[in-house]
Amino acid sequence: MIKYCDLFWSFFKIGTFTIGGGYAMIPLMERELVDRQQWLSRQDFLDQVALSQSLPGILAVNMAAGVGYRIRGVRGSVAAIVGNIIMPVIFILSLAVLYRLFRHNAAVEHFFMGVRPAAVALIAAPVFKLAKSAQIGWMSCWIPILCALLIWLWGVNPIFIILASVALGLATGWLNKKTDAQ
Amino acid sequence: MIFFEIFWTFLKIGIFTFGGGAAMVALIQNEVTVSHQWLTQKEFTDILAVSQMTPGPIGINTATYTGYTAIFNAGHPAWVAVVGSLIATLAVIILPVILMILTVKMLQRFQTNRYVQSVMTVLRLTVVGIIASAALVLVNADSFGVPALSLHFVASIVIFMIVFVLSIKKFNPVYLMLGAGFAGMLLYGWF
Repeated sequence: MIKYCDLFWSFFKIGTFTIGGGYAMIPLMERELVDRQQWLSRQDFLDQVALSQSLPGILAVNMAAGVGYRIRGVRGSVAAIVGNIIMPVIFILSLAVLYRLFRHNAAVEHFFMGVRPAAVALIAAPVFKLAKSAQIGWMSCWIPILCALLIWLWGVNPIFIILASVALGLATGWLNKKTDAQ
Repeated sequence: MIFFEIFWTFLKIGIFTFGGGAAMVALIQNEVTVSHQWLTQKEFTDILAVSQMTPGPIGINTATYTGYTAIFNAGHPAWVAVVGSLIATLAVIILPVILMILTVKMLQRFQTNRYVQSVMTVLRLTVVGIIASAALVLVNADSFGVPALSLHFVASIVIFMIVFVLSIKKFNPVYLMLGAGFAGMLLYGWF
């Protein structure tokens, strides 16, 4: 029987030692959950990854919730999530306090002047990788460009873009169903 | 009541995030710097920088840190801000987690569902635009310096381009951020 503390500990390691967000955690999770602990088959794991990407939310937390639930139900899922985020939360809160104290220090200010454009670059870089994996071509590239401009220039809340996407997706699904039926 | 507002705001952010941490950045940014103005653009960029350098999911780091700073800026003591940050973190994960558990429990064939597939097809396109908008909004005077052609501005453009290229070439983001930070200390400290 897999214990809650085993689940907690596995996700604790994964959450504490991965920098760079959810996508960086996937290979570590695979090694820990499929190869080392053998709690899930590789197919179940890959299904869970696909599901975590399809549902809303933070990828790493979705993974912890789904894997924890598959192994030990709702309580297993809570154990996995808490394990996954407890150290990052403690760490970031400590930094939030420190930043308040030292942000007017000259060296800290210079450090952040250097780091700000780098932080923007790290957000910009995945755009092109994602565009490639979404197979965006000349015919469809106006959709992401329009979305970006709506948010950037006209200050449209991204939530409306998401709602419109879901509505459009449901509508095309319904239309395809009708044409399939004919 | 700021706790309720924080909870409600991050509840919305959590359930409308598709496509991982970078897409969440656009939502958090819109809510906390435009709609509620709990944070300045500059503070938000700094929070983002710290979130990328520390362990853990970027969405969790940004939510926790933003929750803390928003409450602190509203004039509450640090311990209240800590409680606020935990509320923000809980709010951002609670609905997606419930949805995930229900989905694993009930929908064995979720991936092959016609409607799920067609919604995902549209989202894959629009999420790219949402992430691009997050990057575009962040290209501002606070992050890149004014006036144009000052040392700060030129150095920021160079740092941006180097980190952009190296990040696509899969360099470890921690080293990139630390490198950029130390470059800033050298450049702005000495000249």
